[in-house]
Amino acid sequence: MIPSLPQSKFSTRLYAAYITLFFLYLGAPLIVVGVFAFNDSLFPSMPWNGVTLDWFIGTEAPRLGVFNDSQLLESIGFSAFVAVCVTTLAVFVGTCNAFLFERHSFPGKNILYMFALMPLVIPGVILGISILIFTNSIANGVEDSLGWDLEILRPGLFIVIMGQFAFVTTITTLVISARLRKFDNSLEEAALNLGATKWEAVQTITLPFLKPAMIGAGIISFLMSFENFNTTLMLVGSDSPLTITMFDRLKQGSTPALNAVSLMLMIVSGALALFAVFVQRDKNNNED
Amino acid sequence: MSSAEIAVSGTEQRSVIPTLKLGTFLLMLPLLLWLLLLIILPHVDLLIVSLREVLGYREYAFSLQNYAEFFTEPLYWNTFVRTAVMSILATIITLIVGFPVSYYIAKVMKGRKRNLLFIMCLIPFWVSELVRTFGWMILLRESGVLSSFIQWIGLVDGPVEFLYTDATLMVGLVYTSILFMVVPLVSVLDTLDDSLIEAAYDLGGNTVSILREIVIPHAMPGIASGCIVVFMLTLGNYLTPTLLGGKDSLWFTEQIYNQFITRFNWESGSAFGFLLLFLSSAIVFVGLKLSRQTLADTVK
Repeated sequence: MIPSLPQSKFSTRLYAAYITLFFLYLGAPLIVVGVFAFNDSLFPSMPWNGVTLDWFIGTEAPRLGVFNDSQLLESIGFSAFVAVCVTTLAVFVGTCNAFLFERHSFPGKNILYMFALMPLVIPGVILGISILIFTNSIANGVEDSLGWDLEILRPGLFIVIMGQFAFVTTITTLVISARLRKFDNSLEEAALNLGATKWEAVQTITLPFLKPAMIGAGIISFLMSFENFNTTLMLVGSDSPLTITMFDRLKQGSTPALNAVSLMLMIVSGALALFAVFVQRDKNNNED
Repeated sequence: MSSAEIAVSGTEQRSVIPTLKLGTFLLMLPLLLWLLLLIILPHVDLLIVSLREVLGYREYAFSLQNYAEFFTEPLYWNTFVRTAVMSILATIITLIVGFPVSYYIAKVMKGRKRNLLFIMCLIPFWVSELVRTFGWMILLRESGVLSSFIQWIGLVDGPVEFLYTDATLMVGLVYTSILFMVVPLVSVLDTLDDSLIEAAYDLGGNTVSILREIVIPHAMPGIASGCIVVFMLTLGNYLTPTLLGGKDSLWFTEQIYNQFITRFNWESGSAFGFLLLFLSSAIVFVGLKLSRQTLADTVK
């Protein structure tokens, strides 16, 4: 049960074996994706034909590497653009929400807080279709009444940004609120006492305190946006972000170039995630 | 609190109160815009669209036809039930697989090793779901790693296709959601005092009775929130059923996608979307009531 209690060697070993098996299950698909990025074969499958770097640097079809695949590179660009926009918006609104919910009291606070948590329980596909329908209704309404064709509200990157922002903001709000809750208000009061205005006090005392949480929330937003699939799938137009391009290729059957791009994605997001953990784990260590 | 401090906070409040209303409102503005424009109005619109019938180009009438279609067409109805049943099954399996792992991390491991194991559990979450599913496809397809391996050790003669079955789908679904079970379970098991287990042992309890009477009752809030999150995620999953499940294992989100994108029938797609949302909220609501939790607790 716990190490301080006597237990049979057999059951301890059995338990350890189960845990090992579990981590094997957890790691196997990721390792396989990474390893097959180097397979010298046209398909990401057995047999193993030896090592090649063609799937990264190959220059012509069918052995086109990621770095020369303009379609993949372009979709990475779209994803990065969307992710930067979503991150900026979500961290800004998340910070405002944190101050609102932690510092202010107003009628209907609990109901608004419940609504702010709602995106967590809405499946991504549903969020996608509801925003698709709504933006389409507005665009049609404007077209019928004013005669303008609002291209921006048709499926495309703008509404992808809106769709991802809609649920990522809940996460940033929670992360930043958790940090603000730990803030010692007397610090801000001291600044006010020393002649700072309310805004100066927030700017010089509170925001620097929140910075680790804001950076952490920003990284989480960036990754969630970059890797989002469900909501994006419903809202996407002709400019496909990376996950959509990868999905299309996966369905058609792809060369190991797809493994190469997956491997890079894993490395970059792993590094960013570790950085996010590191940034938030400062001297005021917290577990949540 | 000294009298000086009270005086300070008193003057501060006096100077803040007149501007408080406007300040609060300005701070609330982004929240209101976000919730109204991206959450509330779109879902109201979804409901409206699901309740209408197309008469001609941009001509609509109120009708329950889309919901009637769902209940009369066995394919839709069956897919809906199948999705719900499979999601519940996936949730139970995730709990059974995840509980021993969480217990191991929280109670058996200590210090650095514990943190390392915990972080290892989180890694798959940071990898795109697409990449994870791709990994399972490489492992399990006819020309995949597992098929080659069992041929190599001489278990079978020809290649074996593991993909496109319900069992494979289950493996993929559990994989995708395991993290959301392990995290709440680890944090709730962390709060269980070891001495309680020791006391139970001293009083003659064995593994089964200690689990049943001490550990599981204590872990109930974590079990509830883990199950709720896993169920919701599984129900709303699109990638795993599409790529691992194949043609026979229809998932309800696929039906919604088909109505919207392939058949361009937004009215019935919206009705399906609303039904899925309703099912998901209903189950979450029942789960929260049964475990006496609130949504806000689940998030922590």
